[in-house]
Amino acid sequence: MTAQESTPVSAGRGEPLVVLSGVQKHFGQLHALKDIELSVARGEVVVVIGPSGSGKSTLCRAINRLETIDEGTITLDGQPLPQEGKALAALRAEVGMVFQSFNLFAHKTILENVTLGPIKVRGMKKEEAEKQARELLDRVGVGHQAEKYPAQLSGGQQQRVAIARALAMEPKVMLFDEPTSALDPEMIKEVLDVMVDLAQQGMTMVVVTHEMGFARTAADRVVFMADGAIIEENTPEEFFTNPTSDRAKDFLGKILKH
Amino acid sequence: MDAVFSNFDDYLKAFGLTIGLFVVAGIASLVWGTILAVLRVGPISILNKAAALYVTLFRNTPLLMIFIFMAIAMPVLGYNFKFVEDVEIGGYNVSAFFFRSCIALTLYTSAFVCEAMRSGVNAVPLGQAEAGRAIGLTFAQSMQLVVLPQAARAIIPPMTSVLIALIKNTSVAAAFGMAEAVATMKALTNNNADQRTGIFLAFAVGYIIIVEVVALASYAVERKVRVAR
Repeated sequence: MTAQESTPVSAGRGEPLVVLSGVQKHFGQLHALKDIELSVARGEVVVVIGPSGSGKSTLCRAINRLETIDEGTITLDGQPLPQEGKALAALRAEVGMVFQSFNLFAHKTILENVTLGPIKVRGMKKEEAEKQARELLDRVGVGHQAEKYPAQLSGGQQQRVAIARALAMEPKVMLFDEPTSALDPEMIKEVLDVMVDLAQQGMTMVVVTHEMGFARTAADRVVFMADGAIIEENTPEEFFTNPTSDRAKDFLGKILKH
Repeated sequence: MDAVFSNFDDYLKAFGLTIGLFVVAGIASLVWGTILAVLRVGPISILNKAAALYVTLFRNTPLLMIFIFMAIAMPVLGYNFKFVEDVEIGGYNVSAFFFRSCIALTLYTSAFVCEAMRSGVNAVPLGQAEAGRAIGLTFAQSMQLVVLPQAARAIIPPMTSVLIALIKNTSVAAAFGMAEAVATMKALTNNNADQRTGIFLAFAVGYIIIVEVVALASYAVERKVRVAR
């Protein structure tokens, strides 16, 4: 991946890349994010877990301002998020996002899905963008599907294309908003494999997921949220074996005992 | 029917004018209505409200009143649009009447175009626009490259109805000195009272042909812009 080649991971590893400070968000009466303090270091993989409606998706979407926040600050690489407009678009180009429902552009081929951003946002030449796109599609294992339309692919394949589309922008950080929640069990693995691979190559990642296996394997840190607040954060090892809060113990008790 | 055949030149000219009003006002309405729709779904609150106000104002006003305003009130206010008569396009002069009729039709029809567009935009899942924004497209780019191409399919049936209504609405211009189809039909029936039924049928067939051409074109476009989900 060129993003890693151009900025060696070792160079900046450890310095904060995404910083949320005093973030508050309301949806009408619902206090969706309560005084969130979170710092994600360059090269770090942070997994956010918690029960439904705990605000994890909102937190993830706030980082590239798909959700606006009421109070507090979010900075990316030291720069506060801009208001709507060109500056915000430029910032979003630096932040890759993968959605639960894939959201591939339905009227464009797989190849066009991946090249649209580089051509229209980065001003890359078509041939160059296609060459890069084919490499990325090969890397996520769907290179042979390049000429098809999204509806012709399985969910797992679509989600891997969505990852390639985000990577094509050479983002500084990748956000994953429940990337496997809409997938069949056997397709989950193929998507997680790509994500683990990405994590091992030093990509900075914020992953909202219910996949505890992924959290154990790939996460540097687990953040546990409930009712809009961060309740607990720790290494996966510590969190899963010795959760400190009652809320986390209760949650883990429910999901791990089957 | 004889009256129509012996005045066939007038018949063709009359429908030529009807088509002329339809094409000019139609294109202007599509352009202005699309801009209004983009403003209505866009991120800037004041423009949302301005576009919504426009739609409320012009959709809820009878077309005849807009015509009366353009034909009678505007010249009193000092806007008679006579300057357009100095402009020559391909050897033809545009009359101020024609120009004012087109403005009246556009003001009215664009409100309906805006709402047809908006129904199409609403039919595109929100995630498509979000995905566009997430890769760094500006609002205008995500509309142009992602949302509107997919909205096209859902837009076509209501938009066709809007355009067909426009074809028929051009007849309101008859009341303001435009010798389009209805005005010419009236003149012919006045002069040939014994042939009213035939004249009426001839003009009805003229309208049916124009409307069918538009309807068939819309089916063809609809097939072309189909998107699989």
